[in-house]
Parts: sequence; C-alpha cells; structure tokens
Amino acid sequence: MNPVLSVRDATKRFGGLTAVNGVTLDLGEGEILGIIGPNGAGKTTLFNIISGAIPPDEGEVIYGGDRIDQLPPHRIAARGLVRTFQVVKPFSGLTVLQNVMVGAFLRRSEHDEAEDHARKMLEFTGLAAQSDRPAKGLTLAARKRLELARALATDPTVLLLDEVLAGLTPTEGAEMVKVVQSIRDGGVSLLVIEHVMAAIMALSDRIAVIHHGELLAIGPPAQIAKDPGVVAAYLGEEFQIAPD
Amino acid sequence: MIRLRKLAQASARDMMVLAVVVAVLALVPFGVSRFTLSVAISALIFALAGIGWNVLSGFAGQFSFGHAAYFGLGAYTVAVTLTRYSISPWLGLILGGLVAAVFGLLTGWISFRFGLKGAYFALATFALAEMLRLTFNNFDFVGAGIGITIPLAGGDDWARIQFEDTPSLQYFVILGLVALSTIAVIAITKSRIGSMMLAVREDEDAASALGINPLRAKLIAIAISGFITALAGGFYTQFLLFIDPDLAFGPFVSVLILLRPIIGGVGTIWGPVLGAGILSVLGEVTRSLVREPPSFLQVIEGVNGLDQVLFGLILIVVIIRAPDGVIGWFHRRRQADTA
Ligand SMILES: Nc1ncnc2c1ncn2[C@@H]1O[C@H](COP(=O)(O)OP(=O)(O)OP(=O)(O)O)[C@@H](O)[C@H]1O
Ligand SMILES: [Mg+2]
Repeated sequence: MNPVLSVRDATKRFGGLTAVNGVTLDLGEGEILGIIGPNGAGKTTLFNIISGAIPPDEGEVIYGGDRIDQLPPHRIAARGLVRTFQVVKPFSGLTVLQNVMVGAFLRRSEHDEAEDHARKMLEFTGLAAQSDRPAKGLTLAARKRLELARALATDPTVLLLDEVLAGLTPTEGAEMVKVVQSIRDGGVSLLVIEHVMAAIMALSDRIAVIHHGELLAIGPPAQIAKDPGVVAAYLGEEFQIAPD
Repeated sequence: MIRLRKLAQASARDMMVLAVVVAVLALVPFGVSRFTLSVAISALIFALAGIGWNVLSGFAGQFSFGHAAYFGLGAYTVAVTLTRYSISPWLGLILGGLVAAVFGLLTGWISFRFGLKGAYFALATFALAEMLRLTFNNFDFVGAGIGITIPLAGGDDWARIQFEDTPSLQYFVILGLVALSTIAVIAITKSRIGSMMLAVREDEDAASALGINPLRAKLIAIAISGFITALAGGFYTQFLLFIDPDLAFGPFVSVLILLRPIIGGVGTIWGPVLGAGILSVLGEVTRSLVREPPSFLQVIEGVNGLDQVLFGLILIVVIIRAPDGVIGWFHRRRQADTA
C-alpha cells in the first residue's frame, strides 16, 4: 500500500482529557478508510488534527511527503487535503451556487470556470435544482450535500468526511453512499467517520476503531466485526452508536 | 480591455443598472440651485466613502466604526501635497488612496493578527480614527487644530479639480469617481477575491477549510476599502477648499460614512448609492418641512434643530423596519410574494 496520508503517534489533550492518544494510521492511495467509535471517542478531534484546525500536542501528520501538522488549515486545504464538518457550516448568507463556487475558486481564477465547475459539483451531489436558493433555507440532507459539494469543488486529493450520513433518512443515506463511492472512483482517497454501521461496513476498504482516543483496531470490515477487543469494548456500548 | 469586456458580459445586469443610474444622476445639475447642487455633491462624496466602507464591512464582514481614518488620510494627503508641494490633486487623490491602503494594511494586520472581531474590531477602528484626529490636532506640519485652507489656484479647472464658476463640472467629477468605484465593486463581486471575502464574512473556519487564508482576504478588503474611502476624502478637500482634524477624522464622519450603506443595504452593490439618495432626499424634505410647514403644523415653523430630530426619528423607523437596508427589505418582500 502506498500511503497518501500518515498519522504518527498523534496525541491531543484538552486539560486533563486526552481526546486523541497516540494514534497511528495510514491512508492508502484510492482507499476508503472508515473511522468508527463511540460518541466522544476522539474521531472529530483526529480530523481537526489532520486538517490543521487543532495542532497535535505530540506526533506528526505526513502528507505528500511533508509534515503538515504545524501548517494552518488553509495551507493544508490548498495542498489538496480537505475536510467537511460534522456540524455543517454552510455560508448561510450566500446561495447554494455561491457556496460551492468558494471551493471551486481554490484552483480557478476565472469566474466562469469556477461557476461551470461548481455547477458540475452540484449536479454530481444532486443539488442542481437548488443552485440559486439561499443556503439558509436548506434541509439537513441538502446541507450535508452542500458541505460535500463545496469540499469536492476544491479538487481534493484526500477528503475527510465527518458523519455525512448522520441525520439522513435511509434513502438519502443510500444516495450519499453512492456519491461517496463515485468520489473514490474519481481517484480521491477518503477518511470517513460514520456511525451508521451498515453503511460504513459496506463502503470502507478498511476500518479503524477509535476508543477513548486510542486506536483499538484497524483492518478490513469483516475482520473488525469479529475482533474480540472491538466486540468487548465497543459492542457493549452499542446503544451509543445508534445513528443520532 | 478584454477583462473589461468580459466583466461587462458577466455582469450585464449590474453594468446596465450602472449606466442607467449614472445617466439619471447626470441630469441632476441641470436646473437645480447652486445650493441643491452642493447637497448633491456631498451626497455623492459620502456615497463614495460608503462604497469603500461596504467593501470591508459589507462584503468582508469586518464592521468598521472608524472609516473617518481613511477619509481623513485621503483629505489631508490632497491638502498637504497640494499646499506644500504643489502636487496635482489628481495625483494627490491616488497618493491619498495609497496612504490609506497602507494604513489599513498595517493596522489591519495588527488587529486581525490579534484576532479582533465584531465589536472589538469596530472599537479598534474607532480608536485609530480618534488617534489620527488627536495626532493631527497637535501636528503643526498639517496645520494642527487650525487645519489647512486650500487656495483657489487659478488656471485649468480640470487640472486643479476646482470649479468655482461651474460647480456642475465638480459634480461630474465625483459622479465619475462613484461610477468607477462601482465598476471596481462589480468586478470584485465577480472575482475570486470577492468570493473569498464573502466566505470569510460568513464563516472563517469553513473558509479556511476550503483553502482561504482569512487574514489575506481581510487585508485585501481593508486596502481596497481604505483606498476608495480616501478618494472621497481627497475630493472633499477640493470641494470644501478646507480641511481640519474634526472634518477629516471626527467620529461623526465615521457615522456619516457607514449610515448610507446601512440604510441602502450592507454588502450590496447599490446599497451605498441608494442610501445616499434616500438620506439626501430625507434631509431636504425634513429641512423644508420645518422651514415651510403645512398650516396644521404651523407650530414647528423654524424651530431650530427640529429637522435633525425628524431626520433622526425617520431614520430609526427605517432601521427598525428594514434592519438589512432598503435592498434587503425589497428582497424579503419579493421572496414573500413568490413563496
Ligand atoms: N475544543 C475542545 N475543547 C475541549 N474538549 C474538547 C474539544 N473538542 C473535543 N473535546 C472533547 O474531546 C473528546 C473527543 O471529542 P470528539 O468530538 O473528537 O469526539 P467524536 O469521536 O467526534 O464524538 P462524536 O461521535 O460525538 O462526534 C470529547 O470528550 C470532547 O468533549
Ligand atoms: Mg465527531
């Protein structure tokens, strides 16, 4: 496996709480690596470390051959490593199209090119019909799609998706899974945090289990489902991992 | 040239509106009194200053309560370069814009690096304008508290931007500056940098996650903003033929600058100009109402300052009814109609 992204012994403490504790993992080129774990396990914090939103206290993040763990978020995104937010952050005062154009402008300087590209992304994520609506009025499902369309418009090499299925109906979720799969087919490597077990098991090439900030296990879905450590630590808390 | 043609195509509607607005405004000098013309000129001066304010505070979302700083720097640059070094006021306008842009970059860099936002940033801009006012008040080189009087130079009116015999030409100069700045703003709204400003205004974290450097976007906004507002200040000097620290940097100047875009519509292309139009008409109406009230309001005739009170009251009503400006109010009405 050829890693595009490596996390080495990453640790992040908030006061007395160690939210991420010595996590090491590699993301292969073209891979979908699922990340699961109970609420508060440290999954989003791991994304914050990788994307530069919160620098780690210890450890390294290596991307494209360089250490990026001390870079600001915008420099990391400009290098092609882009994340979405679990709590979606639409630009509420802008239209759906304008939202996606912000992403498209990262690699395009001309307005028309950016608009064309943004429209393609809206088509791809099934939002084309809402292009001219203000982002403020969108449903949760549409806002999740918008979050994805915007990130995708930056032409990422690596995409970090934080619970893009949460809060969606099964039908909406199934559509989203298809979209994620075709993103990978387009050559993008993905780290995908998800609580919806069936979806993440079907989607991922490998799954990493995070528990109390630590990497509990990593491997193919079938192996993870049988892992005694995972079953003991994690399935005992099954009620917590039900979709919220 | 190609870019300009492209811009005209990409924003055909805005450019059309601009052409119509300029054509209509160009009719104003014909058949109005000298007094009304000077009211119209000041309206356009503050519309221009408001166009500048709107770039930083409307599009990039960094509310400035101290745009008098840029206005005053523009005004003093023209006054000083003209009276001390006989530099053409046209060059003075550009120099003033550059001085203001550099001032914006330096102070903006410090403020934004310290993470000043919202009310704290507004307060910082206010303090900076006050600091300039007090500094100029005690600075003999710029005439200290007495200020600078601009002599009528004689010679070519156009070269010195002084039109003591034909004020309508002075009106056309400021109208031209307003038109040019509006074209610049239209270009910004169609550009990558405009998109960056809007994104930073809406959500800095989301903007950075999409590769935007928020500091950079804000600094570009503050430089453009300061430049345009300084043009207004520089022109003001040539219009008034006098400048002093209060007229240049006073807190009231900052209020005058931000009032127009707020009334018209913050973060819209036409807000500042529309707001300037509304406020001048409103000002004139209240003034004439107090001067010659209808018979049932005879008691208010000539009461000193009453027109200002009326003006203020109407302003309060407008702000309550249309907190996002007249353009925002209009959009909401239209959405309500189609929904
Ligand atoms: N900025 C912060 N300051 C203090 N504590 C934080 C911060 N961010 C996260 N935490 C804490 O760190 C722990 C891990 O949080 P994190 O959001 O990473 O969990 P998660 O695995 O994403 O959970 P969920 O499934 O609920 O999204 C939690 O206990 C959380 O309260
Ligand atoms: Mg989370």
